[in-house]
Amino acid sequence: MEDNVILRVATKILTPYILLFALYVQFHGDYGPGGGFQAGVIFASGFVLYTLIYGLETARLVLPLRVASLCGALGVLIYAGVGIATMILGGEFLDYDYLNSHDAEHGQHLGILLVELGVLTTVFGVMVVIFYSFAGRREAK
Amino acid sequence: MLAVAALLVVRLKNLFTVAMVTGIYSLLSAAFFTLLDAVDVAFTEAAVGAGVSTVLMLGTLSLVGHQQKEHKTVQLVPLVIVTITGLLLMYGILDIPPFGESDNPIHHHETTVHYLEESGHETGMPNVVTSVLASYRGYDTMGETTVIFTAMVGVLLLMSGRKGKGSDCGEGDRNGR
Repeated sequence: MEDNVILRVATKILTPYILLFALYVQFHGDYGPGGGFQAGVIFASGFVLYTLIYGLETARLVLPLRVASLCGALGVLIYAGVGIATMILGGEFLDYDYLNSHDAEHGQHLGILLVELGVLTTVFGVMVVIFYSFAGRREAK
Repeated sequence: MLAVAALLVVRLKNLFTVAMVTGIYSLLSAAFFTLLDAVDVAFTEAAVGAGVSTVLMLGTLSLVGHQQKEHKTVQLVPLVIVTITGLLLMYGILDIPPFGESDNPIHHHETTVHYLEESGHETGMPNVVTSVLASYRGYDTMGETTVIFTAMVGVLLLMSGRKGKGSDCGEGDRNGR
């Protein structure tokens, strides 16, 4: 697939929009359908498309496997970190009310934004790692 | 149409086509969920079921080949187990309250009422699904995130070990997903 000009150009045009749409799904999840999980999958699918057209070697230059797997771990850390932060601020685990000392509703907003970010990071990293592992095995054979 | 797609998955022998039909099945279910007003679920089904799963299946197929192995004999024990499980599930469905009735317990349980009426000003989120998922049930979602993380660890351990060692179709190919 790497020699097909139409596919290469179309991928180049499409990839930024896929990533942008993923971010829209992420940050609009409070108001419409969507959230961290869906956004992570869409974000990863942008990279999957890129890998399919430009090959694994090029994609690994853009996003090394190490970084992707770090993303997978970082997301869980963000999520649990929010929980620990609320405990330090005096609440129970994952009680976002305590994130903002003046307005519980703003605390909820911030908390949900952060944990969704954690979900996005983990799902994105995991999907890319799984795809890289499958694709890498094919090229190793 | 869902039934047609499911039958095609069972009957077809070319696994490439089967992967495609599975994707179509997921997309049809997504449309079905949209009709039931479960937009968030439909979104996930379309992105994961029709999108990423199909790509992963195609990735697996490029490792294991496109043709299904022919089975000469009809295997009786799995057939019996599947039939009994199916009948038990059908029996279980009898206990479910009729679909769409307004006096079903799910519409009147205090948790449902609380979420629908209070979540707007308790969390400031117009989307109840998000507020339940991330705030009221934040602990569960953290568990889910951890499960996904565990899947990554499993795949990394199985798939990216010493490459090309031993036979060409190791355990990792089958257990990878």
